[in-house]
Amino acid sequence: MPRPNRSVKLNKEQKAKAKQALKRLFKDLFTKYPVQLVSVVILILVSVLCNVQGTMFMQTLIDSYITPMVKDVAAGQTADFAPLLGAIRKVMAFYILGIIATYAYNYIMIYVSQGMQRYFRDTMFVHMQDLPIRYFDTHAHGDIMSLYTNDIDTLRQMISQSIPQIINSTIMVVSVLVSMLILSIPLTIVTLAMVGVMLLATGKLAGLSGKYFVKQQAAIAKVNGNVEEMMQGQKVVKVFNHEEEAIEDFEKLNEELYQSAAKANTYANVLGPVNAQLGNTSYVLVTVIGGIMALSGVTGLTLGKLASFMTFNKSFSMPINQVSQQLNFIIMAMAGAERIYSLMDEKPETDDGYVTLVNAEIDGDGQLKEADHRTDIWAWKHYHKADNTTTYQRLTGDMVLDDVNFGYVPNKEVLHHVSLYANVGQKIAFVGATGAGKTTITNLLNRFYDVEDGRIRYDGININKIKKADLRRSLGIVLQDTHLFTGTIAENIRYGRLDATDDDVKAAAKLANADGFIRRLPQGYDTVIKGDGANLSMGQRQLLAIARAAIADPPVLILDEATSSIDTRTEKIVQDGMDKLMSGRTTFVIAHRLSTIRNSDCIMVLDQGQIIERGSHDELMQQHGKYYQLYTGKIVNA
Amino acid sequence: MKTIFKNVKGYWAATIATPLFMLLEVCTDMIIPLLMASIVDKGVNAGDMHHIYVYGAYMLIAALCGLFFGMMGGKYGAIASAGLAKNLRSAEFKNVQTYSFANIDKFSPSSLITRLTTDVTNIQNAWQMLLRMGMRAPASIIVAMVLSYRVSPQLANIYLYAIIFLVIVMVILMPITARMFNRVFKKYDALNESVEENVSAIRVVKAYVREDYEKKKFKNASNDIYKTFLKVEKTIVMMMPLMTAVVYACILLLSWNGARLIVGGSLTTGELLQLLTYCMNILMSLMMFAMVIMMIFMSQASVKRIGEVINEKPTITDPENPVMEVPNGQVDFDHVNFSYNNSGTGEYVLNDVDLHIKSGETIGIIGGTGSAKSSLVSLIPRLYDVSTGDVKVGGINVKKYDVKSLRDAVSVVLQNNVLFSGTIYDNLRWGDENATNEECQRAAKLACADEFIDRFPDGYNTMITQGGTNVSGGQRQRLCIARALLKKPKVLILDDSTSAVDTNTDSNIRKAFREEIPGTTKFIIAQRVSSVKDADRIIVMDNGKINGIGTHDELLANNEIYRDVYESQTGAGNGDFDEKGDD
Repeated sequence: MPRPNRSVKLNKEQKAKAKQALKRLFKDLFTKYPVQLVSVVILILVSVLCNVQGTMFMQTLIDSYITPMVKDVAAGQTADFAPLLGAIRKVMAFYILGIIATYAYNYIMIYVSQGMQRYFRDTMFVHMQDLPIRYFDTHAHGDIMSLYTNDIDTLRQMISQSIPQIINSTIMVVSVLVSMLILSIPLTIVTLAMVGVMLLATGKLAGLSGKYFVKQQAAIAKVNGNVEEMMQGQKVVKVFNHEEEAIEDFEKLNEELYQSAAKANTYANVLGPVNAQLGNTSYVLVTVIGGIMALSGVTGLTLGKLASFMTFNKSFSMPINQVSQQLNFIIMAMAGAERIYSLMDEKPETDDGYVTLVNAEIDGDGQLKEADHRTDIWAWKHYHKADNTTTYQRLTGDMVLDDVNFGYVPNKEVLHHVSLYANVGQKIAFVGATGAGKTTITNLLNRFYDVEDGRIRYDGININKIKKADLRRSLGIVLQDTHLFTGTIAENIRYGRLDATDDDVKAAAKLANADGFIRRLPQGYDTVIKGDGANLSMGQRQLLAIARAAIADPPVLILDEATSSIDTRTEKIVQDGMDKLMSGRTTFVIAHRLSTIRNSDCIMVLDQGQIIERGSHDELMQQHGKYYQLYTGKIVNA
Repeated sequence: MKTIFKNVKGYWAATIATPLFMLLEVCTDMIIPLLMASIVDKGVNAGDMHHIYVYGAYMLIAALCGLFFGMMGGKYGAIASAGLAKNLRSAEFKNVQTYSFANIDKFSPSSLITRLTTDVTNIQNAWQMLLRMGMRAPASIIVAMVLSYRVSPQLANIYLYAIIFLVIVMVILMPITARMFNRVFKKYDALNESVEENVSAIRVVKAYVREDYEKKKFKNASNDIYKTFLKVEKTIVMMMPLMTAVVYACILLLSWNGARLIVGGSLTTGELLQLLTYCMNILMSLMMFAMVIMMIFMSQASVKRIGEVINEKPTITDPENPVMEVPNGQVDFDHVNFSYNNSGTGEYVLNDVDLHIKSGETIGIIGGTGSAKSSLVSLIPRLYDVSTGDVKVGGINVKKYDVKSLRDAVSVVLQNNVLFSGTIYDNLRWGDENATNEECQRAAKLACADEFIDRFPDGYNTMITQGGTNVSGGQRQRLCIARALLKKPKVLILDDSTSAVDTNTDSNIRKAFREEIPGTTKFIIAQRVSSVKDADRIIVMDNGKINGIGTHDELLANNEIYRDVYESQTGAGNGDFDEKGDD
């Protein structure tokens, strides 16, 4: 039953793109599985031919064996069953061959379809890891996910079912068509005409049902939207005694959905009987016309041939129906392939950096040199092309922004002329309204986005020259919304440094004040975190994120303090953990807490992408400006 | 199952008509091979043109009937199943509306959503399948078998053996594959979850340069699934050749035995062809039937989940002869103990709370997370029932009120408040559907929401998107307060409702309350001391108990917790330092 579960209408440009994607899909298929696919085609051919042999046998059974035997018996002779037995043995051999071929090609197709699925999954994921943050910021996560679920599934459907089905049906149609042509050209024309009618009817009905399925889809979306909203706001509904109004609204949408669902399914359900009965009509037509032809004796059509033709007529419409049913899947798969390839064609994050981060030690002369083991000293390895020399510079954590302008989209600058510096070990706090550009600055520091204009220097080196991986390794980051991964607590902390020992993990947890609550969990450090840490409280998740950053032990930290209302006691613990982490490191902190702000070396007050005030807490309080206003909650009469 | 039958109402005709039409379609489907056999035997083979005409016409009529029955079956099947889906959704939705908070807590919103959407769709599909194929498949097997036995019992027995053989195979294979599928789908879900995790945590991945680590992890999981899937499919792939083998075996046995019977004179060639047609029919129907059973099996879980929603009994209902009018805003807690799970075995969330509040008082409530601040106030509009003790509003036990009247008089701004899609006016009118524009604007002004509403190009007609995502947290909170004010309540409860509003606006809102609605009893739960400082009395909650009660100065002098909180927040503009700019 064709059940187009989503709209498959494409415009012209999409069609062209989808076709391109289909071509590419086939190319990928054939380059990856050439031998398998060729064998599949051959095996299908064998299986179909064996099947046709069987159909032909039905006729010869009657014409060449039964009828003569009946005549023999009528003539008073004993019937000789030996030739029949021989023929049955022969057909049996064909059948067995057919079954083996069917099994073999299905078996091979499992490897092909599962293999392709794994190929797409892996290629997509690997490529996705290399895409810039911009991609993730500009694509809805739901859409990305649907590539891995829906779109890959449509491809699997097509590869494992549609392709073999179509090959099968095509061979079937061709061989039956040839047989029919040999038997009778006029009857073939009649059969083909009826097939035409069938296709027309299918197309028409599929179109109608498609139209209503689109409507149904829209109605479903409305009902789901309403349900989502109401279930999430159910408590508010109760508090406002709004139950009856809610029911009334819902019933309206529910009725609409019923109407379109009933219509869409009616058309889809009707398709089967229509085709079946058109097939029967075709059969009757062929019989009547063939009967007239055979009895008139003009066309050379014998009754035996007519009987054979009638069988072929039956087995002709079936594969055509099957192919038309597969078309929907193919269109869906084309659209899916197009989306998958467009992810695979996204440009990965570029990295022209050549300055790398290495372990270093100081040799006898007090010179910095590269070490082949882990040391406590890190250095930038800077290769100068001009004079073919390599210099080393100790990593300290000195950061300078020099007249930086930036916009996420062209022509819409969100940072204007931002200049600032942070000396080694200093703490720089950013304060300002949501959307003032605080997060944007941190996005630029670790090159999630690249500066358009102006420069950022890290230990005096332009960060564009530093290899991204090394740059990021030297920057620790704790984000406002903490993301954890499925796995144990220890594994999550170890994410900061993969080769950390259990003792390192514990030390980091202690530093972050997380050790206490972890040890109180029944499984301690081996407690498995699920679903982004849903089984932990917000504060506990933040402590883990801090521990994760602590174990990486980076010279520079970027912190985004959480605004969520955790209670005062937990907040104190989190704050303590953060403070310990910050000590001795250059820190950029998007600050929400008074204590953080107050003991910062410098506070940057941002407003609409510009630094409007800067200085220490005391200096800013004296200025009686925006900071003063934010701090005291008093309006300043400027 | 009872749940299902109850909700067929209104669609019984279609529900009964569908299998009947399918049955009729089966009959025509079975007559057609009979007619075909006759056309071959007496028409083509005998060279009787007249017979061909007559039987050809019969066949066309049969085809037309088949078409009609098939279409009707399709139509009514669609109507019956869509109707059932509609009724189920409606029954669920209506029952959810009767839920108390305790009922709502039992189901998470996302689980309710699934039960109202995906689960209903599953049942709709299964029901349609059951109505159309559940009858058709066995009927067509039976009719075909009966007809076959009429033609030749000896040959029909071959089918019987084939059916028995296939049923045994299916009974053995189906549970095995179902189990395997379950396992592989679980793994598949886990993989997708890990992709989702990776996508949303991509900043962490990149910040820690863990791309290669993630790739390796993913490839291992992906490969694991590949291998499990191969195993499952290898089992399933045996079904197809097995099925073909059975069909072929039947054909060969029929041919051999049929030939002997024909030669023996007890069977005609046409009858043999007829039997061969039934062969395919029977085996196809058997497959179909197996599919129906599978679908019913799979929809069982959905039926159960929906049943739970529909059969859930609300824990709070109106009393007989309810009090319809709340006289004033006096609130009393008489030795209240309260626990969320009603079995009474668990520890109490609220312990022996005894509290008496005069009408018109402003009460601040402060305390850490889990200190049961929200639980305390939720007892006032009877969102939950106390375990022991009494809660009284206006001197009357809340259990004696008509729930609607009580909640109209006691207005709560919940902690996790939501707005609904619609204009700002629409949202405000949740408080009072007959409120005039002026009344709405006045309420907005009281809640200090007018300043940002006026700046929207469409003002009060601005569309709020689903979940209120197009307004900031602070704006949303102020709209929710305005909405609650429109109820002109005798008691107003703000549960941490100004946390995202800057201190300045917060104090303006409180000032407006003091001046504009002095007669209303006000409860203000807050994290910030500044929000409750000027209340008539402040309650300090700790661990389900009242730790202290008094004015700001009193508490500062003699309550340790209060002093602690106050000191950690000294400096007026503490807390959400940067949220000021959210409008």
